[in-house]
Amino acid sequence: MDTILLTRNCLAAVARLLSGASVRWIDSQPDTCQRVYFANHTSHLDAIVVWSALPRVVRELTRPVAAKDYWTKGRIRRYLATEVFNALLIDRTQIKVHHSPVDAMIREIGNYYSLIVFPEGGRSDGPEIGEFKSGLFYLAKRRPDLELIPVHIDNMNRILPRGQVLPVPLLSCISFGPPMWLEAGEPKHEFLHRTREAVRRLKEMD
Amino acid sequence: MTGALEPRTLGLTLGLVGGVLILLVVATVIVHALRHRADSGISPAILETFRLRVRAWWAMCSILAAAFFIGQTATVVLFGLMAFWALREFITLTPTRPGDHRTLFLVFFVITPLQFVLVGMGKYPLYSILIPVYALLAIPALIAMAGDFKRFLERTAKIQAGLLICVYCLSYAPALLTLDLSAAEPGASPDPAAKVRLLFFFVLMVQLSDALQYAWAQIPSRHVIAPAIHPSKTWEGLLGGTASVTLVGAMLWWATPFYPNSWQMAVAMSAAMSLVISLMAFAGGLTLSAIKRDRGVRDYGTLVEGHGGLLDRIDSICFAAPVFFHFVLYWLIKVQELAQPWERR
Repeated sequence: MDTILLTRNCLAAVARLLSGASVRWIDSQPDTCQRVYFANHTSHLDAIVVWSALPRVVRELTRPVAAKDYWTKGRIRRYLATEVFNALLIDRTQIKVHHSPVDAMIREIGNYYSLIVFPEGGRSDGPEIGEFKSGLFYLAKRRPDLELIPVHIDNMNRILPRGQVLPVPLLSCISFGPPMWLEAGEPKHEFLHRTREAVRRLKEMD
Repeated sequence: MTGALEPRTLGLTLGLVGGVLILLVVATVIVHALRHRADSGISPAILETFRLRVRAWWAMCSILAAAFFIGQTATVVLFGLMAFWALREFITLTPTRPGDHRTLFLVFFVITPLQFVLVGMGKYPLYSILIPVYALLAIPALIAMAGDFKRFLERTAKIQAGLLICVYCLSYAPALLTLDLSAAEPGASPDPAAKVRLLFFFVLMVQLSDALQYAWAQIPSRHVIAPAIHPSKTWEGLLGGTASVTLVGAMLWWATPFYPNSWQMAVAMSAAMSLVISLMAFAGGLTLSAIKRDRGVRDYGTLVEGHGGLLDRIDSICFAAPVFFHFVLYWLIKVQELAQPWERR
């Protein structure tokens, strides 16, 4: 086993231990087919926690989408993002029509990788899930074959809330829901509402 | 830790550990025999509970035995980790607000380790007041400094209760290893394994209380004590379980450090201590169940799929440990006074 794979597995194990995450698949199964995992966003650690909650085979095929400005600060973060998590870094300051993140995502995943996205854009403050940005809609429209998996991350906002550096070691819970697709002719706001509701429903199943 | 023991004390220690091993093997054999017989007349749910408990006992016993033979520090560290995990489960189920974040960090990473460091160093008066005095006052003050007054008293009380039950109370179990038991038998050569046997006796009696109270609660004509809190804790279970634990405790007098020169006194002391342990174990289980019911969960470990939480397993130890520790301490002070009457007053 080469070092990067070993680092990956060790880091996933550490992340699972630290977040004390229990993982639930509700009406859903882990699969290696191309998927987009979309989750609520409450802490810097969310991407790592979802990524480490996936089974190893699936994890190898899954790339978190993360903010370039945060994950290229310092050598350790950059190493983790590019080498270990194989993250897809999006430049939040350079979003333009001809340079849209959705283009980058579609280009990068090819017909091989899956993605972890946080459609709220930024982290939400409290436990409430914010409105979804339209990126998820355009992604689903251009690649209707991708399975969209709602993911709810519980308690991470208590483990590492916004603006805090020191984590409190509580136990979190990651729930994966059943796959969804963009319906034919479904308007943007209805789709975004429906996907947000799917995440909220997982939250209420606790 | 077990270094060069006298044959007598080595025999006592091996007798206690060996007895527990035999008990566990018998329990495991019974579980397997019953599981492979469809007509045993015992409900599968009870059998499954019993099977899971036997498995938890094996884990607990092997960890305890390993820690004992490595030494006192390892045992204190082991209980410290258990306290940390139990507190994690407790606070996870307790609603806190963002204003509590820094206080919680302090509780987890400063107060909890400090308590066990003090226990490991045997700093008796200090570790008995660190949490009930200093932490008790520091927690509300720090939360007040964070500036969020919403449900203030409720939040502070919950953090304080978690710290008291999961950390403070549990730390009295390894604290048994720091007691100076040589006063019990002035003039005799010191027996380093006596403290280990005392802790083992304590953990064994607590586990037996859980098991026997549950077993006695299975007999018909049940009078449930608090149906809304725990449907299987009955008066029959409490009385029958406590009586049998007292009996077993009395029969284990030879393994305890109480009154080495008079077996009659030793039997009486072991029985009395077992009685207290059994009552406290019952109180712990019922109290923690009440907290669970209030939070609307079945186990503290519902977050860890398929297993009960650690706190579900050690709630009885948490309640019994500080009381048992202090009763042993009172007894030690008593025999010391009798041995040196000129120091009284």
